[in-house]
Amino acid sequence: MKSLEELAKIREEALKKVDIRHDREGTRIVVGMATCGISAGARPVLMAAVEEVKTRNLKEVIVSQTGCIGVCRLEPIVEVYRPGEEKVTYVEMNAEKVKRVIAEHIVNGKVVDEYTIGAAK
Amino acid sequence: MELYRSHVLICGGTGCTSSGSKSIEEAFNEELAKNKLSSEVKLVKTGCFGLCEAGPIVIVYPEGAFYSHVKVEDVARITEEHLLKGRIVTDLLFKEAVVEDQVRSINEVDFYKKQKRVALRNCGVIDPEDIKEYIAFDGYKALGKVLTEMSREEVIETIKKSGLRGRGGGGFPSGLKWEFTYKASGDQKYVACNADEGDPGAFMDRSVLEGDPHAVIEAMAIAGYAVGANQGYVYVRAEYPIAVNRLQIAIDQAREYGLLGKNIFNTGFDFDLEIRLGAGAFVCGEETALLNSIEGKRGMPRPRPPFPAIKGLWEKPTLLNNVETYANIPQIILNGAEWFAGIGTEKSKGTKVFALGGKINNTGLVEIPMGTTLREVIFEIGGGIPNGKAFKAVQTGGPSGGCITTDHLDTPIDYDNLIALGSMMGSGGMIVMDEDNCMVDIARFFLDFTVDESCGKCPPCRIGTKRMLELLDKITEGKGEDGDIEKLERLAVNIKASSLCGLGQTAPNPVLSTLKYFRHEYEAHVYDKKCPSGVCQNLLSYHITDACKGCTLCKKACPVNAITGETKALHTINSDTCIKCGACLDKCPFKAIIRK
Repeated sequence: MKSLEELAKIREEALKKVDIRHDREGTRIVVGMATCGISAGARPVLMAAVEEVKTRNLKEVIVSQTGCIGVCRLEPIVEVYRPGEEKVTYVEMNAEKVKRVIAEHIVNGKVVDEYTIGAAK
Repeated sequence: MELYRSHVLICGGTGCTSSGSKSIEEAFNEELAKNKLSSEVKLVKTGCFGLCEAGPIVIVYPEGAFYSHVKVEDVARITEEHLLKGRIVTDLLFKEAVVEDQVRSINEVDFYKKQKRVALRNCGVIDPEDIKEYIAFDGYKALGKVLTEMSREEVIETIKKSGLRGRGGGGFPSGLKWEFTYKASGDQKYVACNADEGDPGAFMDRSVLEGDPHAVIEAMAIAGYAVGANQGYVYVRAEYPIAVNRLQIAIDQAREYGLLGKNIFNTGFDFDLEIRLGAGAFVCGEETALLNSIEGKRGMPRPRPPFPAIKGLWEKPTLLNNVETYANIPQIILNGAEWFAGIGTEKSKGTKVFALGGKINNTGLVEIPMGTTLREVIFEIGGGIPNGKAFKAVQTGGPSGGCITTDHLDTPIDYDNLIALGSMMGSGGMIVMDEDNCMVDIARFFLDFTVDESCGKCPPCRIGTKRMLELLDKITEGKGEDGDIEKLERLAVNIKASSLCGLGQTAPNPVLSTLKYFRHEYEAHVYDKKCPSGVCQNLLSYHITDACKGCTLCKKACPVNAITGETKALHTINSDTCIKCGACLDKCPFKAIIRK
């Protein structure tokens, strides 16, 4: 490596991989990953969320998992906690839907009503 | 793009490695594969987190769950519960991180709350064997800045303005040392790093080398540029195999990336590094003895002047700094001199790493801003004295330092304050002592060490320290005579004044310091033939209390038949015959035998 620009590029790439390693305040996206969640397909939802956050380079956003949220028939469930806002529970999620939630709710601040538990049947 | 949703950091410092972190790493690999999580969860082996008492340590991100005292048997549960199902295993977390069932961030526990990690910033965060992780956290950015934007004079000015002082113990202003080396004339100059860390109980430098070796490499390259050297040597003690290994891996990787070698960053600056191993000599931590050792000669000090900055390795100007001093350099370059000078006290800027040991709950490595008080370090960060014992003294500076008592616990830690108390900062070892430690025995322990390590060149040290040790042996064995304490004191003062190098000049410090604050203990040993703390074996006698049931087990255990007594009746020990071996005390099932 011969230039500062090359160093900066390596830094950027590497930072994406290690960025997860410090405590952060900010938005938390929590995916229910108990047995009910996993059998309903929560794993692809989790991975899609992680990928989307990385692709969009969103700082201050953590994607983590939790156990059984309680409404097993509506799994996969994704909860979004944003500082200063009430928790929003999204149900019957899939990889596509979670990407939309990230784009509209996390980035643009607009809750995707049709996916929420309130709108569910 | 490799996509891990969780990172599991396992401490790979020497402490946790000897507690089995390697088997824990293997167990995790197995469990992750079993649960098909290997492509989602990344295992990272890092350097020392600092909370050594709680090891082996495993931290899981993004939650920041701090698992302590991890055993191989726990790995399956952590994998299934936490990594697979997202449920943090609270009963395996570090106790202080769980408050009323709520998991707190590890940064809020007493041990970490008051720390400010500058030299240790990457330890426990990155994989020290992967240069890309160092680069991710601004690694080599400082070197780039220095080589492309700063003149050599500007670099030296920055270090001077920061107020950084040598962290190896001398406390000499680093910027000034760099300037002397820069100004010295010579057709070849060198930079060197003192990684000998001989003080018993000190492991600050070891942790930096094991956890963040690139920080030292980058700093030495910056130093080379500033003073005008293209070759550097890192003198590491051979007793640090993990540190040596990681440093070599780091040097090889840096060379691979063009960060060491010829024409770095296309600026025409060449710089390379070599490791030189020590061979078990404390005196080789002394700067001129170290340089002699690198040259292949016996590790003996030279008189100064001339100082190494003028005539060092092979008579050429050489800059020699300690590992921790170097570890601060990249941050000072990136954040500026004012940032560093804003931390600490007026004459001691920045932070200092301390190795907390002895009678303390949270044994480990801490980095605190200068000016933090001893009380805060011992009772808040350190968690106080175990088993409810009373604090007696704290030894700072290892065999070159002195002890500090309760009266001075509120002293803000800095170079000058500690010297004023009769001790010194030293390299950062802090040994805490409680009511069960004998201060005369402590002094004897340190003298025993320095006598062994004296190179023998100058008579005050070679002969003087041995005479001091003989006096201390005499006193602790109960053979002390009237006049011995005064003799010891006179010797100490004279050796301090006349020795050739720092080893001899500071060897009497533990004696002088304990005499200053605990003279009554010396007098009890000499005049009363008693050891008030119950440590010096020869001054203790064994007694049987009336808890004795006459079981005769002690009588049978005694190798010199010093115990008499009928079955079911109180036994007695003849103290003249007794050789104080303790066999009876070990055998008694009723705890009826005491030592005082």
